[in-house]
Amino acid sequence: MMRVNMASVLVDDQTKALRFYTDVLGFKEKTNVPLGEHRWITVVSPAEPDGVELVLEPDEHPAAKPFKAALVADGIPYTSFAVDDVQAEYERLRGLGVTFTQEPTDMGPVTTAVLDDTCGNLIQIAHLAG
Amino acid sequence: MGDVFKALADPTRRAILDELTDRDGQTLFEICARLAAKHGLGSSRQAISQHLDVLAAAGLLQARREGRYKFHHIDTTPLEPIVERWLRKGSK
Repeated sequence: MMRVNMASVLVDDQTKALRFYTDVLGFKEKTNVPLGEHRWITVVSPAEPDGVELVLEPDEHPAAKPFKAALVADGIPYTSFAVDDVQAEYERLRGLGVTFTQEPTDMGPVTTAVLDDTCGNLIQIAHLAG
Repeated sequence: MGDVFKALADPTRRAILDELTDRDGQTLFEICARLAAKHGLGSSRQAISQHLDVLAAAGLLQARREGRYKFHHIDTTPLEPIVERWLRKGSK
């Protein structure tokens, strides 16, 4: 049976992205090797070191930047991460200077918030109610 | 300037104004998510975008660009003539 083992975010700068996704969001670097003119970089959650890897993928394809910009303009997060408590995580990240385009909001079965990853993406954080 | 009454005649547009009253300054994504989650409205993003255009044409909504994001704000200024015309009439 197939399994999901990787998901990608298109980032404008891999070095900056690695710093943000580890130092700020709290993921752990898993792979970081040269690959062509860029690097193959993945991070994982410390809670699931053998879980799904997030690939920090360069956004240099000409279609990538307009795609990202259009999503950001409408406030659309293309990627979502699970947290235990959106409000607590919001306050922690705000304290680290992270910009949110949506403050924690009760959306019925889920509570969500949306942040800017500084690499051209909006990211949703969410926890299930109850 | 579009017709304020026509803009308010639609329940989805009234729900949008309700949500912006709950928290002013929302992205299109947040407005769509709130309408779907809290009002059970399954309208497409394009349909909601058109509703926002109608509200803006009536002066009830203002879009604000902040860097790469766009936030929508309620503007109740067009409602003041309604208050003046009927609600405050007796107190003059």
